[in-house]
Amino acid sequence: MDPKAVHGFVGNKLSFSEVTPRDGIRMAAEMAPEDVVAIIGASGLRGRGGAGFPTGKKWEFARGQEGSPKYIICNADEGEPGTFKDRLILTDFPELVFAGMAIAGRAVGAEFGILYLRAEYGWLREHLDAALERCRVANTLGNNILGASDFSFDISIRMGSGAYVCGEETALLESLEGRRGDARNRIPFPVQAGYLGKPTVVNNVETLAWVPCIMVKGPSWFAAMGTRKAPGAWLFCVSGDCKRPGIYEYPFGTSLRQILSDVGAENAKAVQVGGASGTCVPPAQFDRTMTPGDLATGGSIIVFGPGQDMFAVAENFQHFFCDESCGQCIPCRLGNQRMLEAIGRMRKDGLTVDGERNVRQLAQTMTVASKCGLGQMSARAFLSILNNFSGELPGHV
Amino acid sequence: MDSELITVTIDGKEVKVIPGTTVLEAARTAGIHIPTLCHHDDLCSEALYQQTASTPHQGEHSHQHEESAMLSTPSSCRICLVEVEGLPKLHASCALPIHNAMTVRTTSTAIRHARRDILELMMSEHYGDCFACARNGTCELQKLCADYGVTSERFGRPHEPLFEKAEIGNIIVRDQNKCILCRRCVRMCALYQGVYALTTEGRGDHSRIATFMGKEMKDATCINCGQCINRCPTGALTERDDTDAVWHAIEDPDKMVVIQTAPAPRAAIGEMFGCEPGTPLTFQMNTALKRVGFDKVFDTNFSADLTILEEGSELISRLYKALVLKDNTAALPQFTSCSPGWIKFIEHFYPKYLPNLSSAKSPQQMMGAVLKTYFAEKNGWDPSKIVSVSLMPCTAKKFEAARPEMDASGYRDVDYALTTRELGRMFKQAGIELPKLDKTPFDDPFGTPTGSGVIFGATGGVMEAALRTVFEIVTGEKVESVFDHADIKPVRGFDGVRMAELTISKVGPVPEILSHLVPDFEWLKGATLRVGLAHGTVNAIRVMKDIEEGGPLSQCHFIEFMACPGGCLGGGGQPIPTDREIRAARAKAIYSEDATYVVRKSHENEDVLRIYREFFKEGPCSHKSHELLHTHYKERV
Repeated sequence: MDPKAVHGFVGNKLSFSEVTPRDGIRMAAEMAPEDVVAIIGASGLRGRGGAGFPTGKKWEFARGQEGSPKYIICNADEGEPGTFKDRLILTDFPELVFAGMAIAGRAVGAEFGILYLRAEYGWLREHLDAALERCRVANTLGNNILGASDFSFDISIRMGSGAYVCGEETALLESLEGRRGDARNRIPFPVQAGYLGKPTVVNNVETLAWVPCIMVKGPSWFAAMGTRKAPGAWLFCVSGDCKRPGIYEYPFGTSLRQILSDVGAENAKAVQVGGASGTCVPPAQFDRTMTPGDLATGGSIIVFGPGQDMFAVAENFQHFFCDESCGQCIPCRLGNQRMLEAIGRMRKDGLTVDGERNVRQLAQTMTVASKCGLGQMSARAFLSILNNFSGELPGHV
Repeated sequence: MDSELITVTIDGKEVKVIPGTTVLEAARTAGIHIPTLCHHDDLCSEALYQQTASTPHQGEHSHQHEESAMLSTPSSCRICLVEVEGLPKLHASCALPIHNAMTVRTTSTAIRHARRDILELMMSEHYGDCFACARNGTCELQKLCADYGVTSERFGRPHEPLFEKAEIGNIIVRDQNKCILCRRCVRMCALYQGVYALTTEGRGDHSRIATFMGKEMKDATCINCGQCINRCPTGALTERDDTDAVWHAIEDPDKMVVIQTAPAPRAAIGEMFGCEPGTPLTFQMNTALKRVGFDKVFDTNFSADLTILEEGSELISRLYKALVLKDNTAALPQFTSCSPGWIKFIEHFYPKYLPNLSSAKSPQQMMGAVLKTYFAEKNGWDPSKIVSVSLMPCTAKKFEAARPEMDASGYRDVDYALTTRELGRMFKQAGIELPKLDKTPFDDPFGTPTGSGVIFGATGGVMEAALRTVFEIVTGEKVESVFDHADIKPVRGFDGVRMAELTISKVGPVPEILSHLVPDFEWLKGATLRVGLAHGTVNAIRVMKDIEEGGPLSQCHFIEFMACPGGCLGGGGQPIPTDREIRAARAKAIYSEDATYVVRKSHENEDVLRIYREFFKEGPCSHKSHELLHTHYKERV
């Protein structure tokens, strides 16, 4: 299958198209590893998987670990509902991602990388393998990269098996090691003991794609794109009830209203920012901005037009979490099931005082008590819908 | 400890701990109780380390990476949540290692609410009546629900079963309606037993504990050891309940119902009646068994001693064949065959080594065979009317009793094998307060109490009993000349794999009872007898791997294998809960009972010597004993 055949609409010019990956690798090859870490740290780049952890800091931790070998893992298990930017990046800019991995390897002292590709992107495998081979021929991967005697790095591609939870980095590591994708305990962290118990950096596709761009254009170029608190730009996947769905690059600090105007969704009734794990924003809050402290996002923006039943939306998201919980911890596995039932009852019979108190308490427990991010975030969409759209429930005056 | 201690403050109390200690462990040190469900003391890292610890000269402690995921706590129940100052959310204390000074709260409104919610969530898919559950009173979920005032108001309760009750091998009964997916069974089966019969299957709301590759329960590769049952916090795993059938037999006027009792249950059954672990109630139990209606109460120690005579003679005979006659059909090392979990384990996983197994039946089966032949003849009882019951610390004994080949006398050797838990329930149903009863001796002709039989209940016990006998038979000297009080301490203890050596510096004449097997013992003069021991089948795997690699254990002459951690005293049929301390207390009771007995060597048991004079007249390992007291094994897939 030709990857370009399912290419999404790209709404504006992407920074990725302006950079030659080879240039980024060359700069890293000529630099001391700690300087590479410093550049990425200075740029303010944060993880694009959703949690937003500073990339430079993660690399610095990994660099300081004594274990060996170390691994760089590219999390290409893009599974958050409404995200498709990693697919575009892997289709159009695979060498940028591979360069990002190699530079990460240079920075932390790893010589081996794995790209964990979601099962549903199996058709990209051939395309990516071909790109890897081109990199090896061009010596941007392999031994003594671009002539640097102390810089060797190679990448293999491993396939996921279709579980949403494997986008969670510790579940991804379990899956990579051949077991069921259950989230691990967070101490030790993957940078301390990750893949095969060794220090491991897990970065998202987009995060890694930004890395060679920052190397080439400099950290201040990157930082200048966003706000002082949130430097840089981000790729957004816009879908749902809008005229021009597709992928858009925006600097941090862009307002939701601006984005809705660009995509032709001025009449939106609600916008789900951050996928199923995100929050649902009502029109009164459309001036909020795309910034970590405000509307955090994994890159997914789903627009709901005037005709949508918001509690059907909530039920749909909740159903997703019932299926996609790894099934390990009680607050997530059973909390999501009971929450789904409660939403169903709510849609049928309306909201009672007791019922509302119970679901809020349950949501609280799921948030504070679940083992991993999946369970901790899975009540967010519903709560934001309950907070802003309870008027849509039957019996409400 | 050369690493620096870290001070943590838990509920205002300061405690110093080694880096890496979990908050849960630190809280316990401080005397603060944090409730748990998916945590089990046997499955924490320290216990797992001890479980596979070897004697110092072997010194190896490494787990395959494959096991590493199972080694760490799943922290899945989220009951042990605590607050840590400066950190958002709540944290599972069982999975939170201390690397820096921290301040922890183990109780607050947020924690109590979360715990109660979690318990109510568990109950929202829990089907079954507490009062009719085998774990009523020992169920950890039930206790926590009571502690936290859990009702079924908020998340509801199922009104009908969500799962059918399923069984593994017809011995271990699984009721998924009571399963909370804590995975203690999965981890126990993998980490202590190396069997991997159970696994976690499915995602989200389809997640459940299943047999490997989803095989039907009866076809699962399970050794029936029951260790999963002892670790289950609820009634999701139990053994097949044979008590109704035994009551029925007792109340049938046409039947003579006799029971043999193994040593390990005596050291543990008191735990079901409020006694401290390690309270031996051997003779009170005899009184209770009579009161319940058993016609005769026999001591499995008799057939344990009989086993030593048969198995020890077999060993001498094998050594003679291998070392003197150079007969390569005599497989060495000889493996013990008393533990039915181990038997099924080797049949499944190491069938190539079946010739190494002693052909001697286990004490349970020997006693059964003798009861329906020798005893029946001697007392003029019709063997068809004898119902032979056994009290065992073991669930696998039910499987062993039902093996089709165990009927050489024309009758089933053993009709019903009860676990300690089942008998405890029968006593309770009969209104018996066990610790308050008077003592009653065992019935003749198998009533001589012997220390060598009692120690069968602990890991190393079979080996110690065998060494006491083999040493004295071969050398003609007292074993006390080498080991004080005949306590062969090198084979005792709880290390997972152990080895010991015994040099035979002089030999005596061959006793008449063995004269049909060997002409003399001269060939053993100056020889060093090397023995090995393993308990918990994951340690059996380590021994088998060592043998396959030609390591030190391949040089052993005799190896004792016990399927359960700690040996029979830690059996899958023993009272719940269990942990290292409880097992150590039971072991202490067993060894102190051994120390008090006059007869402590199998070949000095007058009842055993009599049966060779009166019944197995050709001696151990002869034609008749082979017919009744020995068996064979088969490869299983």
